[in-house]
Amino acid sequence: MKKNNGFREPLTDTQLLMTITICIFIAMYGLAMIFLQGGFLHVQQVFDLLNDNASLIIVSCGLTIVMIGGGIDISVGAVTSLTVMSCVLYLNNGGSIFGSILLALGIGLAFGIIQGALISYLEIQPFIVTLAGMFFARGFTTILSVNPQKVDHEAFNKLRETKIEIDWLGYTAKNGTRIPGRMELGVIVALVIVVLVFILLQYFKPGREFYAIGGNQTSALMLGINVKRTRFLSYVICGLLSGISGYVFMMHTGAGNATNAAGMEMNAIASSIIGGTLLTGGVGNVAGTFFGTMTLTTIKKIVVASGLNDPWWQSITTGGMLCFFILLQSVVLSRREKKKKAS
Amino acid sequence: MKDNTKKSFDIKSIFRGGLGQLTIPIIAIALLVIFNLIRDPSFFSIGFSSNNEGNTVLEGNLISIINSASELAVLAIGMTLVTAACGGQDISVGAAAAIAGSAFVKVLKSGSEIGAGTVIAAFVLACVVAMIFGAFNGTLVAVFKIQPMIATLILYTCGRSIAYWINGGATPTVSSPIITAIGSFIPGIPVPTPVIIVIVMIVLFKLLFRFTSLELLTQSVGINGSAARLNGINTTFIKLLSFIFLGICVAVAGCIGVSRLGLINHETLLLDIEMDAILAVAIGGNNLGGGRFKISGSILGAYIIQMLTITLYAMKVPSTDVKAYKAIVIVILVVIGSPVVKQKFNRFMTQLQMKKNQTAVKEGGKA
Repeated sequence: MKKNNGFREPLTDTQLLMTITICIFIAMYGLAMIFLQGGFLHVQQVFDLLNDNASLIIVSCGLTIVMIGGGIDISVGAVTSLTVMSCVLYLNNGGSIFGSILLALGIGLAFGIIQGALISYLEIQPFIVTLAGMFFARGFTTILSVNPQKVDHEAFNKLRETKIEIDWLGYTAKNGTRIPGRMELGVIVALVIVVLVFILLQYFKPGREFYAIGGNQTSALMLGINVKRTRFLSYVICGLLSGISGYVFMMHTGAGNATNAAGMEMNAIASSIIGGTLLTGGVGNVAGTFFGTMTLTTIKKIVVASGLNDPWWQSITTGGMLCFFILLQSVVLSRREKKKKAS
Repeated sequence: MKDNTKKSFDIKSIFRGGLGQLTIPIIAIALLVIFNLIRDPSFFSIGFSSNNEGNTVLEGNLISIINSASELAVLAIGMTLVTAACGGQDISVGAAAAIAGSAFVKVLKSGSEIGAGTVIAAFVLACVVAMIFGAFNGTLVAVFKIQPMIATLILYTCGRSIAYWINGGATPTVSSPIITAIGSFIPGIPVPTPVIIVIVMIVLFKLLFRFTSLELLTQSVGINGSAARLNGINTTFIKLLSFIFLGICVAVAGCIGVSRLGLINHETLLLDIEMDAILAVAIGGNNLGGGRFKISGSILGAYIIQMLTITLYAMKVPSTDVKAYKAIVIVILVVIGSPVVKQKFNRFMTQLQMKKNQTAVKEGGKA
C-alpha cells in the first residue's frame, strides 16, 4: 500500500477507505481461488456475480450519492420492487418495451422528486420520509398484485434472452463442450451507470457539491452552494437509479413478486459502507461501492462453497464481515484524526 | 426550529404548536378519533366477554389497539433514550428481540415442566442476552464512534440468523398456562397482561427519571456531546447505558411476543418493528437528531400507529396493503410537523391576528 511520506500527495479519506476495500476484495477472491478452486477459477463466476447483482450495484450507486450528501434513502429496495411489478403488469397488458422503460424511469423519478422535495425543502428528516416511501412502495406493490406475475411479452422475452457471449473468457465443461462467458444486458447498464456516476462525482460541479454539503453544510452554504437544490438533486438521482434498477431486476428475473428485492436497501447501505462511504457524509466513492457490492456477494458464495450449508451461516458471516469493515474504518479514521491533530 | 418560546394558553396556541412536542401526536389522535366517529361510532364500544378459559375479559377495538401496541410501546421507550443520547436509531431491535425470544424459549424448553421459577429464570436470561447485544451495539456507537444506524446494521443483518441458530434450526412451541397468562389474560383480571407489563415499564422508567439524573444527563449528551464531556459527564457511559436500557426493553418486547403466540418464529417475530419504533419516536415529536426527548410522546406515537392499523383493518383493508395507507398518513403528519410549514403557519397566524387586533399581539409577545 502507498505510504504518506510528505513528498507524495497524501491519500484522502475517500481514497484510503476505497483502497482498503479493493485490496481486501482481491485478497479474498485470491484466497478463494487457491483454497476453494471449483467455480472460482472460471471467469464465469465473476459474470454470475455481476448478473445476479446488477440491480444491487445500480441501487448502491444511487445510495452512495445520497450518503455522500449526508442523507439516507431506505426506500430504494421497495421502489425497485414497485417498478418491477408495475412494468410486468404494463407489459402483460399489451404495453411496449419503450413504454415500460419510460414507466420505470417515471416511477423512480416520481419517488425521487417527492422524497427530495419533502426532505430538502420542507426539512423533514430523511429517514422518516424515505421510510414512508418504503411503506408506500411496498404497500402499493401488493395492491397491484399479491400473486407473483410472470412477464408474458414476446419482444421483452427476446430482449431478456439476449446475452453477451465472450468466447475467450469461457471454459470447457466436463463433457467437452465449450461454454462462452455469458453476461446479461443489465450488467452493461450497471457498469455504464457506475462509470457515469464516477465521472459525475469526480469531475462535474453537482458531484463536487454533494461532497461539499455532506462534509459541512454551513461552509457549503457560505461557498455559495445552493444546499437545498443540491440535496434535492441527490434524492432525484437516487430515485431515478432505483427505477433503472427495477428494470434491470425485471430483465434478470422476468417476473414480478411482492417480495422482490426484500432487504435490498440494507444490502445497498452495507455495500456503500464496505466501499468506504461514511453515513456522516462527505466521504465516499462509487468505485468503492462497486467493490463493496462485489465483496458482499462474494463472501456469500464463499460461505456456500466452503460447505457451511446451515441456513444461518450466510448472514452471520455477512454480519461479521460488516462488523470488521466498520471497525476498520472507525480505527483508520480516528488514527488519521489524531495524526492531523499532532502535526 | 423550537418555536415553543411563546407560551400563551389560548386555544389557537394549540394549532400554533403551543403544546410543544406533543402537538403532532395529539392532533393525530384527534384526527383518528374524529374519523372513526364519523365512519362508525361503534368502533369505540367496549364490552365484556368470556374467553376460551372462561375468564371475563374486556373486549373491543380500543382494547385490541392498546393490547397489540404493547411491544411497540415498550420498544419506543428504549428507542427514545437511544435516539436522545446518540442522535441515531437502533435498527436491530426486531432481530435482537428474536434473539431474546429464542433464549427465553430455550430455557423454557430445557426443563420438563414449566413453573414460575423457570419462567423467571428464562426472562432473566433473555434480559441478560439482550443487554449483552445492546452493550455490543453501544460499544460500537460510544467507544468506536460509529453512527448508530451503521453499527446496528450488523446485528440487523445477522440477528435473526443467530436466533435461528440458538434453537438449532427449529421453531419450537411452548405451551404452559403461565405463558398463556403472560401473552393474553391472567385469570380474574379483565385487562390484557401485556398492557399491565407496559404500565409497569412506564412506571419503572418514570421512577428511574424521578430518582436519578439520567434524563438530564441523556439530554445534555444528545444536545452537545463535547460540551457535556467538558462538564464532567461520562458521555461514553451514558450512550452505552441507553443501549443497555434498550436491551431490557427489547427482552421484554421479545418475551411478550413469544408468549402471545406460544412459539418462537425467528423470521416473523416482531418483523419490521424497528421501523415502527423509530416512527413512534418521530411521531412523538422527538428530534431524531438527539437531544430533548419526551417518553410520553413516543408511547403516544406507538398507540397512534397501532390505532391507524386497526382503523384500516376495520375498514377491510387487506393486511398487506396497510403499509401504503400508513405511509400517506405518516407523510401528512410529518409535513404538518415540519419546521418550515410550522414557521409559515405561525407567520400567517400572526399576520392574521395583527390585522384583527394589534394590542393582543403585543401582549402575546410580552407573555
